[in-house]
Amino acid sequence: MKLFDIHARPGRTVSFLLSIVLFVVCIAAFAVTGYVRHQENPRDKIVPTFPEMADGLKRVAFEQDRDGEYRLLVDTIASLRRFFISLAFLSLAVILGLLMGVFPYMEIIFLRFITFFDKIPALAILPILFIIFGLGEVSKVALIVIGVFPTIALDTHLRAKEVPREQVTKALTLGAGRFEIAYKVILPQIFPTVLNTIRLNFKAMILFLIAGESIAATVGLGYRIFLVRRYIAMDIIIPYVIWMSLLAFLADYLVRLWIKKRYKWVGLEK
Amino acid sequence: MKYLLHLEDVYVRYRDHKGKKFTVLNDLDLKIKTGEFITLVGPSGCGKSTLLRLIMGSEQPPQGKVLFNGKPVLSPDRDRGIVFQKYSLFQHLTVLENLVFGLDAEEFTISKRLIKPFKHRKKRKEYEEHAQAYLERVGLANEGDKYPHQLSGGMQQRVAIAQALIMKPKILLMDEPFGALDYGTRQDMQFFILEQWEKEKMTILFVTHDLEEAIFLGSRTLVLTQYYSSDLEKNEGSKIVTDIEIPGPYPRTSAFKFSKEIGEVMQKLCHDGLDPGYKQHVKDFDLNHKDSFRTVTPEEWKRGDETHG
Repeated sequence: MKLFDIHARPGRTVSFLLSIVLFVVCIAAFAVTGYVRHQENPRDKIVPTFPEMADGLKRVAFEQDRDGEYRLLVDTIASLRRFFISLAFLSLAVILGLLMGVFPYMEIIFLRFITFFDKIPALAILPILFIIFGLGEVSKVALIVIGVFPTIALDTHLRAKEVPREQVTKALTLGAGRFEIAYKVILPQIFPTVLNTIRLNFKAMILFLIAGESIAATVGLGYRIFLVRRYIAMDIIIPYVIWMSLLAFLADYLVRLWIKKRYKWVGLEK
Repeated sequence: MKYLLHLEDVYVRYRDHKGKKFTVLNDLDLKIKTGEFITLVGPSGCGKSTLLRLIMGSEQPPQGKVLFNGKPVLSPDRDRGIVFQKYSLFQHLTVLENLVFGLDAEEFTISKRLIKPFKHRKKRKEYEEHAQAYLERVGLANEGDKYPHQLSGGMQQRVAIAQALIMKPKILLMDEPFGALDYGTRQDMQFFILEQWEKEKMTILFVTHDLEEAIFLGSRTLVLTQYYSSDLEKNEGSKIVTDIEIPGPYPRTSAFKFSKEIGEVMQKLCHDGLDPGYKQHVKDFDLNHKDSFRTVTPEEWKRGDETHG
């Protein structure tokens, strides 16, 4: 069996074709299902055909709605805004994690608390957030931040602890102070890994974003799909889901590109 | 005569995983003068690195004193440079940036950098030129833009040495710096460090587990070992059992390394300090170096008692 050959070295063309096989199969299966269902019932809404989805997309993306707005654009801006505001708050998690990793007293004060805090299911406190902060933007951003902050702080803490003690001693013998050690020796060394952690947590952030939007919002990508669900508007839901996936993929890709271009020393030690 | 480094009655005890205390260093005394190339050798687990940490200041002795220039050592600082076997260099900085790091960090703290960005930029240029001159001195003029991991092990250690030297420390501590290098590179590096020592008139404390290396490099060699005996029933923790001046000319030559003279010294030190089967009595320690001194407790050595020999 060639598929399970450990020493296999597939060529470039074969690799490319094989890597898109599952995409093609899924899209084809979807198209066939849609076609068959429409043969039976031309008004079927559960599995829309591609022309129907293109039409749906055209309506939300390129045609103004009753308020004269382009819905996809407005929703995207609203969701991205929440995403980036949360991201700004999450950068504080990196700083906290760094302080915990470098200064023992900071570790004692924060580590146990954050480890516990991390175990609180963020979605379970969503009602509390709505009660305290109301249904506005604050509670949605708070949900994302509360959900992801501990993970990033704890991971940064672990990475900072992994930096060999020799590096701290070395920096001291070169005349560096303790804050120089934190910000010029430890942080830059762990930063690419921390970026990776943040990147992998994009998924959790989007999850909390959609959860928040689905319950209380007047605009946003998550809000829209839950709204049109009432009319079984699969021709709009599916393009929205694909659009969100593409945005997430793009964000992930940009961070990977950033690490690769900016931190050329990463991976050399292996 | 003032000594650069003065250790007296130093004990170090740790607790094992069961909480039981055990002694690593037992009543250590040591004085070091400026300009010496001191090599410290001993079997693994004898506490060489512990001793180095005490001198560096990353650890304080629970008992006894460690004085540097007459003052107690409390923390690592820029007076005592260090080269480790690994992790000496900052992997996220280029070779040149590694050398600039110390100059920059000492002069410009983060707040100062924010307040005076222009002055910092100007100074930074000067530092880089200064660092480049050091790179030339260690034969790495063209490697400044590379990252440490792009260099061979020997080159990395050259950079680490230059990085420490650029701060002009009063003593350079080296913790098995050539331990991970292959034989040929190791030889080159030995000549390299000797050359730097003679040129810069530095003081070096060099820790190694390689006896040949210790004798070849050092003007004074110390053997630290847990293999010794005394009038006490049980001995725990290492002592300095040998402290001698290594005879022989500088600059060192390969011929000296393989001379009969060196061979004999090696044999003796190997027997006295590195052989677990032979436990030399405290009264027989070879502490003939002129700076050597020690304190012995009466229980360890009952003078006049002739029952052991």
